[in-house]
Amino acid sequence: MARIITRRKLLTGFAAASLLAGCDTPHPVSLFLKAMLRVNERFEGLIFSPSRLAPESPEKDLTPERAFPSYFIADTMPFPPAGWSLKVGGMVARPGVFTLEQLKAMPRTDMRVRHHCVEGWSAVAAWHGLRLSELARAVGVDPRVRYVEFRSFDANYFSSWDLGSALHPQTLLAYGMNGHDLHPDHGAPIRVYSAIKLGYKNVKYLTEVNFLPNRTGGYWEDQGYDWFGGV
Amino acid sequence: MPSSAARKTTAIDEAVRDPRFWGRRIQPLTIRLNHWMNVLFIVLMAGSGLEIFAAYPSLGPQGAKYGWYPWQGVAPPSWLTIGGWLAGGRHWHFAIAWLLILNGVVYLAYFFGRGEWRRRLFLPVRDARNALQMFGYYLRVLKTPPPADFYNGLQRFAYSSVVIIITLQVLSGLAIYKPVQLHWLLRLFGGYDVARVVHLFGLVFIAMFVVTHIVLVLLHPRELLAMITGGKRG
Repeated sequence: MARIITRRKLLTGFAAASLLAGCDTPHPVSLFLKAMLRVNERFEGLIFSPSRLAPESPEKDLTPERAFPSYFIADTMPFPPAGWSLKVGGMVARPGVFTLEQLKAMPRTDMRVRHHCVEGWSAVAAWHGLRLSELARAVGVDPRVRYVEFRSFDANYFSSWDLGSALHPQTLLAYGMNGHDLHPDHGAPIRVYSAIKLGYKNVKYLTEVNFLPNRTGGYWEDQGYDWFGGV
Repeated sequence: MPSSAARKTTAIDEAVRDPRFWGRRIQPLTIRLNHWMNVLFIVLMAGSGLEIFAAYPSLGPQGAKYGWYPWQGVAPPSWLTIGGWLAGGRHWHFAIAWLLILNGVVYLAYFFGRGEWRRRLFLPVRDARNALQMFGYYLRVLKTPPPADFYNGLQRFAYSSVVIIITLQVLSGLAIYKPVQLHWLLRLFGGYDVARVVHLFGLVFIAMFVVTHIVLVLLHPRELLAMITGGKRG
């Protein structure tokens, strides 16, 4: 995903107009693209099944870890602040703070799945962690919650998700990769990893999980990338 | 174009003399509209598709890129791309895709519903020999073109092929757009990275068709006129 930034040349022509929120005189083409963006989001929601599983990849498809791209948006590799813990809040019955040990003590899920980057590449890794749905159960999510927001200590990187995707059985808070603890370049100590979203939705260097009634944006989403980002 | 003296009665003539085409133009309005909208849509799809491809101009998964592909990492020139950046390319591509699909559905409904397939679809038993002869004529192996009426066999082959290729583009495109939700479709193509190869090579075939199509229409400008005015009524 590192190239995503270098490709962000200043937008020209119609596409530019379509991507600038709050443009005073929207060009018809930008209105058209915005309308189609909504059509596609509806399509994504329509074909998304909360119970459909991404297939497990065979071990022979595993990508050598040094060939598995990683990126962060901060100037230097983000390392967890001393005394790191995960803050879980929003509309939940028992908001709280979880240490890595507490999270590791929750039921563990392992999966080996294919990663799909918005740029078009794929790669395979095994991920180890707890299902976000386990955490949701632990904190007691209010029925009015529709969205989940993930925040990080990688500058201001964040992303928000539809609740259905967040509670999917293959959406993990991952603390391990390929049999070892998560390395800093892949989001240590804990990151979101899901088989059903594009890479940029999977927030690394996690600090906060917020269960919300309203949708917020995201680092790439606010710049014009599609919000749903499902695969 | 063969002279009328050289024209023999063929299966093609039989199909074209079908009374269902009496009074119908060579290129009916539905087909003309379809054609010119496709010109616009295919240009936009190709340009925005290349913009997306430029973000990862390689084939094969990370760490196991395909050895047979000689242009790993070679991005298409930016003047061929539409959208300005990856997100812009995606917006264009996924917006126009639905219009292209809609156009295709209307076309196929007309094609089969109004019997157009009888004079347009490549049917190997009827057209294969004629197509090869026409190909031989273009290669200057044969001195005279084979008999043809509405279309010659090679035209039918080319036009039918491109309909099938665009259908495959839609299917392979949907497969790599939603590789998990549409996994049944992805599996038909042999997985994500194979479907991506199919999708890129579909574009190459379409580009080859377009170049050939433009050259030949410039050699036979009457065909171009028919695609604008509709041509004479049958």
